[in-house]
Amino acid sequence: MRAQLNKTVKKLFLRNKKIFLILGDIGVYGFRELLKSKRAVNIGILEQATISFASGLSKVGFIPIVHTIATFMVGRAFEQLKLDFGYNQLNGNFISVGASYDYAALGCSHHCPEDINLLKNIPNLQIIVPGNSHEFDKIFSECYMKNLPKYFRLSSEENKLQCNVKFGKGMILNQGRDVTVVAVGPVLNITHDICKKLNVNLVYFTTIRPFDKKIFKKLKVKTKKILIIEPFYFGSVIEEVLNSYKDSTIKIENISIPYKFLTNYGSKKQHDEELGFSKKKFEIKLKKLMNSKI
Amino acid sequence: MTANLISRIAEISFLGKEGHVPSALSILDIIWVIYDKIVNINLIKNRSQKRDFFILSKGHGCLAQYVVLEEKGIISKKDLNTFCKYKSNFGGHPDSRKIKGVECSTGSLGHGFPFAAGVAYGNKLLNIKSKIITLVGDGECNEGSIWETCMIASHHKLNNLICIIDKNKSTDRALKIDDLKSKFKSFGWHAVNINGHSHKEILKALNLKSKKPLAIIANTIKGKGINFMENNPEWHHKALDKVLFNKIIKKN
Repeated sequence: MRAQLNKTVKKLFLRNKKIFLILGDIGVYGFRELLKSKRAVNIGILEQATISFASGLSKVGFIPIVHTIATFMVGRAFEQLKLDFGYNQLNGNFISVGASYDYAALGCSHHCPEDINLLKNIPNLQIIVPGNSHEFDKIFSECYMKNLPKYFRLSSEENKLQCNVKFGKGMILNQGRDVTVVAVGPVLNITHDICKKLNVNLVYFTTIRPFDKKIFKKLKVKTKKILIIEPFYFGSVIEEVLNSYKDSTIKIENISIPYKFLTNYGSKKQHDEELGFSKKKFEIKLKKLMNSKI
Repeated sequence: MTANLISRIAEISFLGKEGHVPSALSILDIIWVIYDKIVNINLIKNRSQKRDFFILSKGHGCLAQYVVLEEKGIISKKDLNTFCKYKSNFGGHPDSRKIKGVECSTGSLGHGFPFAAGVAYGNKLLNIKSKIITLVGDGECNEGSIWETCMIASHHKLNNLICIIDKNKSTDRALKIDDLKSKFKSFGWHAVNINGHSHKEILKALNLKSKKPLAIIANTIKGKGINFMENNPEWHHKALDKVLFNKIIKKN
């Protein structure tokens, strides 16, 4: 998605003179042409001041796009996102790389499976988890001007399936009767084919906030069993799912990243296998749920 | 003028049973000079894009800003009398969404200064000739984001940015800050020391011209103007009772 980030930001930057690009000393080569403009800076490695600085730019009418590594943006500068953008209600676009354990070999200091859960605690911050480059381009272009802070989680994993996604909307990719699979972001490569073969709903989300509250009402069968699969710590959509099934007794299973430091290195794929993010393990979990009693 | 404002700060704190009174008193002279002599009040009232900005990074000193905004007709006495009541617009830290004249909601330290640097960069880009003034505490200078911002401001030559440091020695019990002038200078700023209660020195410093961002280290007395509060840590965050409030009113 990083290549797409360059293309999308370049396209919009040249079109909209209010955009101000701030790089946290990453992606500098890719943006070398834009960095000749005074509306683009490689600000350095100082995330707290960077976010507050961006809020000042927003105050005088610029549209900041801040790009750096997820854990440093969200973890280190959480309070700046919360107060300077959330509380002050200013427009800002925060685009991270290094999703969950994308930087597997670099160790826990560079992992960030907590970003979505942390950011959900900032009341008016919008959260977008694109499934692939196409979806990032589409949603970002659609919403970057909205007068609210927005977080875009870019990942190395990309769904092969291209969906006609919209900001703030979920999508129903399959209908069935046994289980409803709730898939968040780049998890369709391990879920979509299997769901298509089985008698299950597949509901796909790329925007976590604002959440598409009406999507579950569009299902032909509102199943009693739900499997949530999300490529970070558990909890990105659980509150919203529970609210959508208020009057029902439901059974929920999940495939998420467990709350533990992932101290192995290797590749992202190796971690995926270990943690249950594979077609095989998804199918086993789904079929077990299908055959279980409530 | 500031004698009346000291009484008003005491009154609001007494009515609201809240407030960081000594922290407001150390910066009252500075804020008064900014609003009385430097910024154009009408541009602030009209939210003009060309306005000067004052950003109180040490938000807990907001009582001083409130009473000056009241004196300058930007906020009303009736509204300010509700200080810290449940539905008041005026809390113990200033809210930019509720109060005209407050540019940034502050409270947690180390936020307003980098925010001000962003405003300064933005206004330079827009070719707006305005002053961006921010006021930080010496205790606030413990925060890393202060020094991060010093680097950003000097690197980008933000000579429309002024940072006033309220050196009221409140940090000394934790971390001694020592020579702030040489610290700011070493970060590429122009820096001066002044008496933060001398209106003449404050005005002169605020009008200094420099190619660099300007740091004004204002030596102040925490609690200035109320004898029993002066340099008395007991009063850092404490509301006034009726007896002490009446004592202040009689004196001023």
